[in-house]
Amino acid sequence: MNKLRIILDGIVKNNPTFVLILGMCPTLATTTSAMNGLSMGLATMFVLILANMVISLIAPIVPDKVHIPVYIVVIATFVTLLQLLLKAYVPSVNDALGLFIPLIVVNCIILGRAEGFANKHGVGESALDGIGIGIGFTLALTVLGAVREILGSGSIFNIQFIGEQYQMLAFVMAPGAFICLGYLMVLFNKFIKKEK
Amino acid sequence: MMTYFLIIISAIFVNNIVLAQFLGICPFLGVSNKLSTATGMSMAVCFVITLATLVTWLINHYFLMASGVFGIDLTFLQTIAFILVIAALVQMVEIVLKKVSPSLYQALGIFLPLITTNCAVLGVSIDVVTKQFTFGAAAHVLSLGEAMVYAFATSLGYGLAMVIFAGLREHLAMNNVPKSFRGVPIALVTVGILAMAFMGFSGMVK
Repeated sequence: MNKLRIILDGIVKNNPTFVLILGMCPTLATTTSAMNGLSMGLATMFVLILANMVISLIAPIVPDKVHIPVYIVVIATFVTLLQLLLKAYVPSVNDALGLFIPLIVVNCIILGRAEGFANKHGVGESALDGIGIGIGFTLALTVLGAVREILGSGSIFNIQFIGEQYQMLAFVMAPGAFICLGYLMVLFNKFIKKEK
Repeated sequence: MMTYFLIIISAIFVNNIVLAQFLGICPFLGVSNKLSTATGMSMAVCFVITLATLVTWLINHYFLMASGVFGIDLTFLQTIAFILVIAALVQMVEIVLKKVSPSLYQALGIFLPLITTNCAVLGVSIDVVTKQFTFGAAAHVLSLGEAMVYAFATSLGYGLAMVIFAGLREHLAMNNVPKSFRGVPIALVTVGILAMAFMGFSGMVK
């Protein structure tokens, strides 16, 4: 029960995008379509779970003064791993996300969870927290990507269902990202945050 | 000369780092409540981005590339090497500034620790060594001079967006905003409209 709680907290109560407002750059930049949002979410989740686990293991032996550089090196190692894996097996995802794959290193969600959760909890709990926060982030990115894709290109997961004359190109470009995320946050504040 | 001019216009207005490339959004939303802090932050960012790009470009060219000192292709280490260099650099700038110019340290000091995790710095330094740019010429990776100009102009663009947005936000604070919109949501919608205004520049530089 308690384990389920950790995962659920990551999805709703501590949702990284809508509640903690962390990791805004990839959220805005990579959500031009639902598919891109989903792949960015999964990529971040991969790094988040592994980094959380390793950091929870090494936290007791890392001297306090150098803990941030050490955590950053751990995170950067997994990001490099991810980069090489994506390049080898799914080059299309690597091309679509581009610069934002190496930038997972400076995604504040990961360092934030390392500082705020993983260094005080065991391996199992840290992994669950990584899964929960990862799912919360992936869901937020996929929803934002889907909304922008429907409004901007009239399709969802590349399935076209709205004619070309009704597409609003601005939504797949920069302004649409900011405005969509703003309005999604309002909806989240209004309907979901109140329930708890 | 024309190339440098095109780089400057493109980096400040057309491909504005915040409004078109989505880099450095967290500090952009975080410290833009007041015009004075926004100015301080953008000056610190400007300083660090330019310095970090210089150092990382040299490291990439002389150590990581196959033509460098070691003679093997180490570019896959870019992410780790660059973030460590940036973290060390920020720390060093802080120490030097404290000794050399206490008044400048007073102005920029509190923003410096925040900059390590500002994705604009890592983003620009990775971009200039990997991306192919076309500024009035064939697609090419930037030379050191071009990279420096690009980094400086990009950070000016960051400052411009930040100062405009801080001005807008100071006005916003005095208005009656609906409850669910308060804080970040209304800020994001405002940035969206600002980004739309900046879209007017697109197409100016190919």
